[in-house]
Amino acid sequence: MYKNFLRYLISAIFLITFSISAKADFKVGFVYIGPTGDHGWTYQHDEGRKAVEAAGIKTTYVESVKYGADAERVIRQLAQSGHDLIFTTSFGYMDATNKVAKDFPNVKFEHATGYKREHSNVSTYSARFYQGRTILGHIAGKLTKTNTIGYIASFPIPEVIRGINAMTLAAQKVNPNIKTKIVWVFSWYDPGKEAEAAQALIDQGADIIMQHTDSTAPVQTAEKAGIWSFGQASDMQRFAPKSILTSIIDDWAPYYVQRAIAARDGTWSQQDTWHGLKEGMVAMSPYNKGMGADLVKEAEQLQKDLASGKIHSFTGPIYDQKGNILVAEGKVADDGMLLGMNVYVKGVEGDIPK
Amino acid sequence: MSLDISFIGILIGSIMASSVPLILAASGELITERSGVLNLGVEGMMIIGAISGFALMVITDNLFIAIIGSMLSGVVISLIFGFLTQSLLTNHVATGLALTIFGIGLSAMLGKDFVGIPGKDFPILFSSLRESVPFFGPILFGHSIILYFAFVLPFLTSYFLKKTKLGLIVRAVGDSPVSASNQGINVILVRYCCILYGGGLCGLAGAYLSLIYTPQWIENMTAGRGWIALALVVFATWSPIKVLIGAIIFGGISILQLHMQAVGFRIPVQFLIALPYLMTIIVLVVISRDSRKIKLNTPTSLGRIFYKEK
Repeated sequence: MYKNFLRYLISAIFLITFSISAKADFKVGFVYIGPTGDHGWTYQHDEGRKAVEAAGIKTTYVESVKYGADAERVIRQLAQSGHDLIFTTSFGYMDATNKVAKDFPNVKFEHATGYKREHSNVSTYSARFYQGRTILGHIAGKLTKTNTIGYIASFPIPEVIRGINAMTLAAQKVNPNIKTKIVWVFSWYDPGKEAEAAQALIDQGADIIMQHTDSTAPVQTAEKAGIWSFGQASDMQRFAPKSILTSIIDDWAPYYVQRAIAARDGTWSQQDTWHGLKEGMVAMSPYNKGMGADLVKEAEQLQKDLASGKIHSFTGPIYDQKGNILVAEGKVADDGMLLGMNVYVKGVEGDIPK
Repeated sequence: MSLDISFIGILIGSIMASSVPLILAASGELITERSGVLNLGVEGMMIIGAISGFALMVITDNLFIAIIGSMLSGVVISLIFGFLTQSLLTNHVATGLALTIFGIGLSAMLGKDFVGIPGKDFPILFSSLRESVPFFGPILFGHSIILYFAFVLPFLTSYFLKKTKLGLIVRAVGDSPVSASNQGINVILVRYCCILYGGGLCGLAGAYLSLIYTPQWIENMTAGRGWIALALVVFATWSPIKVLIGAIIFGGISILQLHMQAVGFRIPVQFLIALPYLMTIIVLVVISRDSRKIKLNTPTSLGRIFYKEK
């Protein structure tokens, strides 16, 4: 709270300075959900910000901004204090971003992983993380001995459910007996809870752990238990050198640089970007040799095929938990279906929290 | 749920581990409150202990120094509270709240350079027995020394308060500082000691999180455990043994709800997440119904400012 107060104070000072000095330099603001040192989601966004800075554009960022009123205040203050382009880097900032965008038509907004573009100055962008999940599923399906994959999930939103489904489908392809056990922690970042969730999954027989949360606690728990795990958002290898098979890496830097330059030069226009392995927005960290040379080769091949479009993560036939067909044989799921995904595929245990 | 016996042993072991910070912090706060001082700064003292312990571990590479240092940092920060409330006679509630806000802010600032550094393995005792003894192995063995200390502490606290002269003095100061003072007891000194003792244990509770439970430093990593410890003391009606029971129930259900999810119980997840709070309150209220005992244990002058006229 004390820290937030300081932030507001600083923002207020900024506001006053800039209203006096009229039009200042072109500036880009970033709003983060976690601390830049989380070595996961926010860390990668901050790497992107540094790339923008390296391209000669001024940036500012605000860390650990909670959803809701806090988010709106911070975004509004960034807009008021002379930022020309603002990246809001978490799903829950969606409504706040659109609300502030309405009041600042000259400021450009970029919202990560959302779908609402209510005003012409709001763009959305996201990465096809599910392609990475397909690779994880393939590896997990081959390596598991208990046929149980433990999955630590954050919030029941389409992005998370899509990842669970992509992983399960790929694992089923190589191992039809696979079961995906899910624990929801209702947080993006709570190391204590994430570690306990990982332990609970391990106790329930999972011998591979993966996460859709941002801290390194689950992989560290897996390392301690001597089982395999996958890193999330950035290369978490050094936190669990033996356990981590690979990490899905989000590389925002090229996109951020491109959009910042476009906004500065006046060529920025509203977009909905969804890039994946092909464009390099999703990348895989080096595969752990421990999985065996053959499997490394398979994973690398799969990565190539997903990037080239030869293989699609959601290729029919796909059934939901009750056995109803979701995607017919020979068809692939379109982006609209992927973006709104809110059912589990067959083989996932439990219900989606409502 | 797989109900084989060895699994239950492992489960009980992890429940015990998760309740340790609550037991430590609540036991410390209990002594502070029994002396008549209400310190709402538990969360702040814990988070300061967490960052000090972790920072010292990184800097000195010595876990012993880290543990001692975390306790000392808790003592130092509670000294601020002691000075304000006992010497400057400020309001306990307001000062305690300020201490928590201050602690969270200060720890975030101090911890800036320690984010993302992997922690060290904390030595565990009897790890060979943990594997070899069925069922009781994971319950009794393979824990850190801090855990054993935490589970003995409530009994020591209970003995201290009931059977020793010093314990009697602490209770007297908490119940009626004026009469205690008339008996020649230095009320302010006793309260200072109890505040510092509580601070030291809260620091240790924080260090347990950052050095043993999830060995790393993360901003705000105590995540409200200090407030739960505070509530435990009240709901346990200032009885050390009931604090222990409450902490185990809270830790237990937090862990069990994750297992219930992993097993696939068809209960709304949101309800499971609220369950630890609900159950702890219900159980403690039920076991603390005896109003005569409550009266006996409640420090009558809790939170009241005492000063000696000169």
